[in-house]
Amino acid sequence: MKILVPVKRVVDYNVKVRVKSDQTGMETANVKMSANPFDEIAIEEAVRLREAGIATEVIAISCGVTACQETLRTALAIGADRAILVETDAELQPLAVAKILKAIADKEGPGLIIAGKQAIDDDSNQTGQMTAALLGWPQATFASKVTIADGKAQVTREVDGGLETLSINLPAVITTDLRLNEPRYATLPNIMKAKKKPFEIIKVADLGVDITPRLKTIKVSEPPKRTAGVMVPDVATLVAKLRSEAKVI
Amino acid sequence: MTMRRTLDFLLNDWLDVSTLTTRPRFADHSAETFTAVLDVSERIAREKFAPYNRLVDTEEPSFDGTRVMLPQATLDATRAYAEAGLRSAGHDYALGGMQLPYVMEVALRSFFLQASIAIDGYTMLTAAGASLIVAHGTKHQIDAFARPELDGRFMGTMCLSEPQAGSSLSDIETQAVPDGDDFAADDLGPRYRLKGSKMWISAGEHDLAQNIIHLVLAKIRGLDGKVVPGAKGISLFIVPKMLVDANGHLTGERNDAAIVGLNHKLGYRGTVNTLLNFGEGKFPVRAPSGFDGRGAGAIAYLIGKPGEGLQRMFHMMNEARIQVGLGATMLGCAGYEASLDYAQTRLQGRPSGPEGKDPTAPQRPIIEHADVRRMLLAQKAYCEGALALSLYCARLVDEKATGDPVLAADAALLLELLTPIAKSWPSEWCLEANSLAIQIHGGYGYTRDFPVEQYWRDNRLNMIHEGAHGIHSQDLLGRKVRMEEGRALAILGGRIAETVRLARQHDVLIRDTDALTTAFATLQSATATAWEGGDREVALRNSVPYMQAFGHVVIAWLWLDVARVTVERLGQSGDIAFLRGKLHAKRYFFRYELPRVDAWLKPVCERDDTFSDMDTAWF
Repeated sequence: MKILVPVKRVVDYNVKVRVKSDQTGMETANVKMSANPFDEIAIEEAVRLREAGIATEVIAISCGVTACQETLRTALAIGADRAILVETDAELQPLAVAKILKAIADKEGPGLIIAGKQAIDDDSNQTGQMTAALLGWPQATFASKVTIADGKAQVTREVDGGLETLSINLPAVITTDLRLNEPRYATLPNIMKAKKKPFEIIKVADLGVDITPRLKTIKVSEPPKRTAGVMVPDVATLVAKLRSEAKVI
Repeated sequence: MTMRRTLDFLLNDWLDVSTLTTRPRFADHSAETFTAVLDVSERIAREKFAPYNRLVDTEEPSFDGTRVMLPQATLDATRAYAEAGLRSAGHDYALGGMQLPYVMEVALRSFFLQASIAIDGYTMLTAAGASLIVAHGTKHQIDAFARPELDGRFMGTMCLSEPQAGSSLSDIETQAVPDGDDFAADDLGPRYRLKGSKMWISAGEHDLAQNIIHLVLAKIRGLDGKVVPGAKGISLFIVPKMLVDANGHLTGERNDAAIVGLNHKLGYRGTVNTLLNFGEGKFPVRAPSGFDGRGAGAIAYLIGKPGEGLQRMFHMMNEARIQVGLGATMLGCAGYEASLDYAQTRLQGRPSGPEGKDPTAPQRPIIEHADVRRMLLAQKAYCEGALALSLYCARLVDEKATGDPVLAADAALLLELLTPIAKSWPSEWCLEANSLAIQIHGGYGYTRDFPVEQYWRDNRLNMIHEGAHGIHSQDLLGRKVRMEEGRALAILGGRIAETVRLARQHDVLIRDTDALTTAFATLQSATATAWEGGDREVALRNSVPYMQAFGHVVIAWLWLDVARVTVERLGQSGDIAFLRGKLHAKRYFFRYELPRVDAWLKPVCERDDTFSDMDTAWF
């Protein structure tokens, strides 16, 4: 069984992001980029399934600019077997990525797609779900435990009220939550080996999918600055302020 | 902005490290693998080291009479480092290494030294020990001791000092005698029994690894019962805590090497520091052999030949000293980053002019005060200058090892000359940077609620260990500037002249090229004046101010060379604020620091005898 794992290049989680002065988006020039942390969890899970003999091949895929190659090399260094970059300079929204993933899945025929539940840049939390819908596959999102047996995946999901366990038929789409696993660090020998693994670059135009953005960003701005706290003399004043100023009660 | 940006700039734009990949040894590497190695190192440092830096300071190692207790975090961090293959990064493929250039190894080490120098201490010592065995040991010694150190199973120490002998190693008293008639027939090397005490042994006892490989300096006792006096009598031994077979597997025998107690230090507390007794009979081994016929005496294997110990040990010290300087540098960087962050968010005071008179107007961040800017700029100039020095010296190590023979010989000589500076300059000035970081924090900086006091305490060691400050100044003025009739100094002069020539193509740098040329000329004449008459005692009496001046000239040169590249990049757009910051740090260094050179060299040039004239009774 092949496993397809989408990996997104995002601003590194350690960077304090800044809004561009023209409010069109976030500042990404000269900012450190790395793989989306949820996607690293997805790669780790796929590699563990291969190490357990359940999967035969892990394919990492990224959609975007040439620099996404670095992100894919990271996935290869963690243990993916080969990589596909669907290259484009155009803005990609979740639906466009889902269409690309569908096109690649149609070609590769994976038994499983494991994706991060969301990317830490736009927090959309849509790509996995849309991909499953386009493929007509079952989906299990926010996975904290995955077991594969007899053509089915048993997936424990983190939901608001606790844990929910689903059994879904393969092929399927699973999206990862934070507690699914702790991704390993790439080792130096594996960084060297990653250089020699198969790496395919496909132009998005060659896939024949419509990636036109459907959403328009009007403005990006910083949240209002937190103002200093005040000490209130008694409970009555607190309640009054909560009612009249904060308007929360 | 973190130091990573500066590191990348120095490696790529200034030193152009990717050109190293054209050399056969590094042919499998590329700019991409270099970046990946830095990324994974930065991440492990950020996730496994940095969060525990304060913990290992507050929960300093304890000793219950048998075992040394360390926080779990130390085990997790050192293990993650080893599992990523970082310990063997620079070694041959045949040893499980990645043949990474030394300059990249130094670059990756910077993250760990900044994140937690005390957790890193275990790894640093292990790597140094393994490198020494690889360079000077036999194949059996490499397989049994170095390989397990590189792959993560063992750790190591360096045992040089004794309670009565630190800087003066020729006075050590630990003795070795052949262990039985068949002592020369052991696969692991000529086998001896050792007896003596070793002081200041970092990582001397712990449970972080299966075994601890001590590298010990001792004197072999001759058949007449005497030892060769002085440095010529010193030999180098491998003393494993647990004995091993030829493949590095534990035999189950505990060697007679015992911890006596811990030293309780000012800083660097996460690295346990011990007094060890070798051969006192606490753990008798392989009786009835041994000093007392009952197994007393630490079993030790000779590296190299008798009497070559100091030479073998110091062969590896150059690289260790670059890393000590780098450690000082990265602690400086840690303080700089912390105080920069604080200065941008701490509100205090108003402008001095009329607009500041309104007491109801909001206060401004302290970074807007001129004096705080002074302290930040000084830190930036010291730390980034020191980082450039560390990387430059590491690049010389690569040139020495893999360069074209003529250039390699020059690089080796220049490296010899710059090593005392690479160790001492960051130790002195990045410590000063830490002091400024505390000053910016005011009273808060003096408390344990902020990290800067720990950086200062941790950094204070660096002027002391791996050759004290004064010792390096004597090495510099007493030996390095004079070796091969001053050829190393001439090579340095040539490189400075080359930087000056290139920098003069940029109008904005011409004033600095003149200042640097003059400062180097003063340094050369001070060198000659100090040695007039050839009396060593007289020549060396002002060696410390001489070294301070020498260091400032070297850093000014490197800053000018970095500025030259920066000016070129500014012409090609890029990150303007980042590049302007580099030029401004250079400007600070040339205007506020380089002028100090004259003051330091004045007593040298005048052969001032204030210190020798001072009678001991007058103190």
